[in-house]
Amino acid sequence: MAIQADYLGMPLDINDLDVENLAYFKHCAAHQFHLQRCERCGLLRYPPTTACPWCMSPKSAWVPVEGKGAVHSYTEVHHAIQPAFKRHTPYLVLLVELDTQKGKPTEHEALRVLGNLATPDGTLAPPEMVRRVGIGTRVRMVFSDVTAGLSLPQWTIDEAAAQPERPWRYPQE
Amino acid sequence: MPLPADTDTTSPKYLRDKYAIVGVGETTYTRGSGISTRALGTWAVRNAIEDAGLKASDVDGMLSYQSGDSTFSTFISGDLGLRLNFYMDVFGGGSSTEALVGMAMGLIEAGMCRTVVIFRAMNGFSQVRIGGTGVRAVAPVSGDMLHGRAYGWQSAGQMFAPTFMRHMYDYGTTPAQVAAVKAIHSEHASNNPKAFYKERVTVEDVLKSRIICKPLHLLDCCVETDNGTAIIVTSADRARDCRHHPVLIRGVVGRCSKPRLDMHYQTGPISTVAGYYAREILWPNSGVGPEDVDITGSYDAFTFTTMLQLEDYGFCKKGEGGAYVSDGTIRLGGRRPNNTSGGHLCEGYTHGVNMVVENVRQLRHDADDSCPVGPDGKRQHTYDYREGGCRQVKRCEVSANLGWAMPGTGSAMVMRRG
Repeated sequence: MAIQADYLGMPLDINDLDVENLAYFKHCAAHQFHLQRCERCGLLRYPPTTACPWCMSPKSAWVPVEGKGAVHSYTEVHHAIQPAFKRHTPYLVLLVELDTQKGKPTEHEALRVLGNLATPDGTLAPPEMVRRVGIGTRVRMVFSDVTAGLSLPQWTIDEAAAQPERPWRYPQE
Repeated sequence: MPLPADTDTTSPKYLRDKYAIVGVGETTYTRGSGISTRALGTWAVRNAIEDAGLKASDVDGMLSYQSGDSTFSTFISGDLGLRLNFYMDVFGGGSSTEALVGMAMGLIEAGMCRTVVIFRAMNGFSQVRIGGTGVRAVAPVSGDMLHGRAYGWQSAGQMFAPTFMRHMYDYGTTPAQVAAVKAIHSEHASNNPKAFYKERVTVEDVLKSRIICKPLHLLDCCVETDNGTAIIVTSADRARDCRHHPVLIRGVVGRCSKPRLDMHYQTGPISTVAGYYAREILWPNSGVGPEDVDITGSYDAFTFTTMLQLEDYGFCKKGEGGAYVSDGTIRLGGRRPNNTSGGHLCEGYTHGVNMVVENVRQLRHDADDSCPVGPDGKRQHTYDYREGGCRQVKRCEVSANLGWAMPGTGSAMVMRRG
């Protein structure tokens, strides 16, 4: 069933033919991170696709994946383009490399999952938290609830994990 | 009847030097054109046809590219009275220029038409803002966009930034090194009467400008302008009858890409861009290497895009792009100047066409700077590159254009003076 919702004043929608995205976000709404696993080659992929990028098989199953990893790269947005984000600057967009399937199928490949830095309840992180995060920071997945059937996966600092002494941050604060 | 396994064609391999760019045309580069993209397109195409010394009836092919923000070939050709044997308007932005030159060569080679004009017309400031502000910023976020735009990851700068940041992390590239691209391109623009921004800026000016999204300062980002641009491709044989010294196409690579275009960050190293793949087509097809190139046109949507492409096409070693763009090599008077018009950072934003236009003029030895025009109608170049002076590169024989759509897709073209 199609979903239409409002997030930070921004209209979001998924039409009822987009079954891959509906399934992905339905799991997120239950605060579970699931990805498609190819039934032929067994590899996971992100974001949802209609076939396996490694073996072209159309068959896959949704399986739970641990939402843990390290920041591989990021941007810190000071001048928001979308009005929805203007009240939330500076905000971080994180590209997080999951521990699961890291370096597979080749050494340069990994599941690199996007998200904002958020507090554990899924709210966009305040400036003092933004300044603590850089490349190498260990993060865990949390969710921003939008509506029934739709939550967005986000990232928060994994306070339980061993953190790098100084994550790499852009030199100019 | 079975065909022979290895079909013999009479064409030389890669069509090297068989096709030429014979006409280039531009409108003014402005913020606030006051006219439609249809008017901009006809203006640029007419200028290109006149520049080539051709008539409307000589041009029978038309290609354009756009993102739902321009006028189709049907109207531009109609307005100018061109009867076309082929036309197509493709979806896309940066990296389309060189790709369409390659398609034009293929069309002519296949006998579908004889002379092709390629145009891009855009009100990138006053209608559809290239930076993504305005109407595009409030568009609903649907389906696959939920994995990006819903996170405030929408504009080109925001979406390319993870590549730029990771390059700094992997190789120690500094903000000042990259800012040199803007400073140098601004020097070039100061010698270009057409440039939208003619004022010279320093590395310090770039670093002091406000942060848009790290690692991009305001002055690391290109200008948004309104303009039309056009180029004309025809066979080398026909080029000899055109007005200017022929500029021959050595080799082209179009929209060459990294894996996973749906989300290219799935394959690394993410500090490597599509040029890493494209160079394996560009240099063998062209029969030259980076060391043979006199001038480059490395797409400068951002200072970083210029650096990343020069590096991955092999103008320097991987990881040494920061040094390459800041040591004087890419400056007028340096070993291999880049974007001598000022490029997208300063002259105007055209999704790549103006960088080809500039290199065509350089290869004609006819850069349109402020040098005096002699009795033969040609500029008497002084090669004095001080502000307001000359921007013609001495003994310019071979150029390379490196087009950019995003970290995952690029196009490129090598041209030479005929």
